[in-house]
Amino acid sequence: MKTVFTVAMIVILGVANGAAGQSKSVGSGVPKNAMGIAKPLAPAMPRFRFENFTTANGLPDDHVFSVLVDGDRIWAGTENGLGLYENGKWKTFTTRDGLAHRAVLSLALDKGTGDVWAGTMGGLSRISGGRIDTFTQLNSGLSNDVVYGVSVEGENVWVATAAGACKLDLHTGQWSLFNERNTPMVEIWVYGVTATPCKVYYAVWGSGVLEYDQQKKIWDKYDDPDGETEMVLFKDQGLIHEITTSVSYVDNILWAATYFGDSRYDGRYWHNFLTKDSGLPSNFTNVVKGVDGKRAWFGTDKGLAYYDGTNWAVYRPSLVTGKPEMTVRDAKGNVSPIAVSTAPAHNYVLGIDFQGDDIWVATAKGLSHGIHQP
Amino acid sequence: MNGRRRDAAGVLSALAAVCAVALGMCAWSGRTARASVTTSRTGEKLAYASPVEMLFSPDETRLYVLCQESSQVQVLDAKSYALVKTVGVGAVPRGFSLSPKGDRLFVANSWDDTITVINTKTLEVEATWPVGAEPSSVVEDREGKHLFVANRISNDVAVLDAQTGAEEKRLAAGRGASYITASPDGSKLYVTHVYPNATPHRTSPASEITVIDTGRAVVAYRIELPFVAHGFHVAFSVDGRLGVAANMHPKNLVPLAHLEHGGAFADTLTFFGADVGKPVEVPLDELERYAVRPFGIAITSDKSRIFITCGGSEMVTVVDVPRLIRYARMHPGSSAQDLSASANYVVGHIAVGHDPRGVVLTRDGMKLLVANRLEDTISVIDTKTDRVASTIALISPKQLSVLRHGEQAFYTARYSFQGQIGCANCHIDSTFDGLQWDLEPDGFGRDIVDNRPIEAVKDTEPFKWNGGNPNLPTECGPRTEKYFWRAENYDNLTLTDLVVYVRSLPPRPNRWRLAGRELTAAQERGRALFVREVDKFGNGIPETNRCVYCHSGPKGTNQKSFDVGTKKATDNAGLLDTPQLTNIAITAPYLHDGSAPTLEQIWTVFNPQDKHGRTNDLTKDELNDLIEYLRTR
Repeated sequence: MKTVFTVAMIVILGVANGAAGQSKSVGSGVPKNAMGIAKPLAPAMPRFRFENFTTANGLPDDHVFSVLVDGDRIWAGTENGLGLYENGKWKTFTTRDGLAHRAVLSLALDKGTGDVWAGTMGGLSRISGGRIDTFTQLNSGLSNDVVYGVSVEGENVWVATAAGACKLDLHTGQWSLFNERNTPMVEIWVYGVTATPCKVYYAVWGSGVLEYDQQKKIWDKYDDPDGETEMVLFKDQGLIHEITTSVSYVDNILWAATYFGDSRYDGRYWHNFLTKDSGLPSNFTNVVKGVDGKRAWFGTDKGLAYYDGTNWAVYRPSLVTGKPEMTVRDAKGNVSPIAVSTAPAHNYVLGIDFQGDDIWVATAKGLSHGIHQP
Repeated sequence: MNGRRRDAAGVLSALAAVCAVALGMCAWSGRTARASVTTSRTGEKLAYASPVEMLFSPDETRLYVLCQESSQVQVLDAKSYALVKTVGVGAVPRGFSLSPKGDRLFVANSWDDTITVINTKTLEVEATWPVGAEPSSVVEDREGKHLFVANRISNDVAVLDAQTGAEEKRLAAGRGASYITASPDGSKLYVTHVYPNATPHRTSPASEITVIDTGRAVVAYRIELPFVAHGFHVAFSVDGRLGVAANMHPKNLVPLAHLEHGGAFADTLTFFGADVGKPVEVPLDELERYAVRPFGIAITSDKSRIFITCGGSEMVTVVDVPRLIRYARMHPGSSAQDLSASANYVVGHIAVGHDPRGVVLTRDGMKLLVANRLEDTISVIDTKTDRVASTIALISPKQLSVLRHGEQAFYTARYSFQGQIGCANCHIDSTFDGLQWDLEPDGFGRDIVDNRPIEAVKDTEPFKWNGGNPNLPTECGPRTEKYFWRAENYDNLTLTDLVVYVRSLPPRPNRWRLAGRELTAAQERGRALFVREVDKFGNGIPETNRCVYCHSGPKGTNQKSFDVGTKKATDNAGLLDTPQLTNIAITAPYLHDGSAPTLEQIWTVFNPQDKHGRTNDLTKDELNDLIEYLRTR
């Protein structure tokens, strides 16, 4: 219950922060030259027409923690069941169907088998061919029932929980637990995980980023080098903050999100992103998802952001008017508004996934489908 | 502790006496070659053929016969049935299939976890590929891209590269995945399971048919089989509109007291496909003629009749398809409990040999061949007359050994009331059934018991969860006869041979032990917990509360009874016999009444007072280590 309350509070506070921050809107004016003429066109950034889903059109619940694209099917992890969008209709899986818990925090697709893994507040569920198998801390080796993150790589399911990380070997059924006793982890509140054949990264709330080298079978840890929780003394010298919420590893590049800014790490150099010197709409970042080594999407409490390696774009309902808004920030810091008629369902973004050039966004007040516009 | 320790000398004496009786009866009966347990009088090893499956070559010139005990494929001329060649394969082969081109024969070797690839031109073994745990059947897709292998113990279907044998992935199947059948167009595979999926305690069992999309090599959907615990072969009509699965439908939620009322099992078929719509389950049993353990299925090409082998009844049951479809459309859902139903569609019974298994029709539909596993023969049935036209003797020892006779007694249903069940009904393929039963002797609704496995059961007496039966002759004899069979007694010779057979059952290979039998780091940590004498707070653990005290010895039992705090309101007593640990990883559920679905729950749920060993001081990762060690037992 304590954890449920904590997450609920994070969501509520995040929504509240979004409202309170309306006066700090990015893009309060269009850059102009001395003659009062608008500057050259903003860099071309992807544009979307957002279609939003809520309970009004079949979504199980408006609080959407996670989203997963599975070909033509979309899975939505909500606070009140797992939704499956297929052939234009929503179907809901609940605890009556065998789901571990109604609140689905995380989702992962086993690309080989097509099975979907759902991390919930009451355990881990596998949805396979319509059957749901559930693993809990009582009936299996799962370290804890609050499953914040899950990632499938090969025959292993890597899991992030409120009491440590773990791995399920699907061939042997063996659970391996990772915690302060056998890894450099200091805190054991693990928020996210991304697994690839070479590296596995865990986002640890209060303990930076944990790295497991699958070939060498060794652990490493990345911390905020200044150790300061309230400020950044050593920018671009390491992870921006210890309160890590999400990790994404693509093309040998680590993207890490925290509640105090974000980071990119190429194995040698770190680059940090803060609102004050990037196009990030908020340092409070719930989720990051890399497109490749250069591009990434960020889900913050003040909107959805895209970084193409140079420029930034932000998609959200305006913090001032609530009307759909898109802004583009170029490398020089010029911010340009782009006329749009749609926006994600809400600024508090918790999950992101890609469907070709389209994007799906889980928010605190609905699920959004960003349909790419040519 | 109120141990019921048996005097070891007494056990030996009893065994010697049993053997003496057996030998004496053998001489008295005048049967030949029953001189020893595993060898004939002349001393050679008796590896019976034990045919389980058959296939015709695409041109129907050859008949391939999969022989389980002799670990070989016997290749016969399909017309004369003369032996062409014998090809050795791996240990305990359970299933085989031809590639769509017919150029390769794939054999699933269940005890050494391999696939043997036989070149059908040269009849030589081309390759042997490692695969998952207890492979039981194998099918190649039409394109020759993937090989699908059902793994009984790992409960999955391995997807291999059909050219190299490299495993690409495993698909989650049901529990005890064993038999794979391709749809006529090859687009789907249908996987059946010999053990039930997990369901809440004391609720109806359930199984499934896992349907695999061969093109994408993923699970497409699952056909639910409510009430079914054990599934065997599937067959399709040529037009693909009718699928048929052979099932066993246990009645384990009611007291097992009324065998005379049809109280233990329904032997059923489940129909699915366009001809019937939603799946329909129908019984094959009649009031005084049961179709025990339906296994193999063949459908005539004109979709007029279905032939089903019934292992325990030693017969083939014949079903009229049009009549059956009419019945199924009028009786949706399950009619399994209706003993009058089969009169609507069962049109014949054909007596064959001991434990008939695989079945195959000739292309012209004129002959039906049936593999009689425990007789080493093939019955050739004339489908016009539904009579056995001839019986082909496979290359196999001719003497009937003690073990073979005991195994026949184990698998036949002829001793039970109306021939309803045999030992193998609850001990599937001589193992377990994953079910809990309410046996009458303890009182209706009292002492619900989980069915314990019987592999490596030798030297684990006493038997029953309350330790009430001192030895196997008692367990298999008077108890079985009185409470299960309610029919004729075994004669002394048959009981003795049955006991010797059960006592001889080896443990299947343990899949969690490394090849060199050394322990992994986690297993070693678990072993240390298993034998520890001091808890994590430095307090000594009383000897009788250490894991290793009760679960001692090579089989993990000290053969005594203890109260481990698991007595339920329905139990008559809290003292329970210590179960052996042999292959404990695969015999869920656990505890005497099967109330713990997983090993973890023995301690996370059912050990609040630390009476089932001192475990509540352990962290989660330590408990995981303990379980990793137990899996090696």
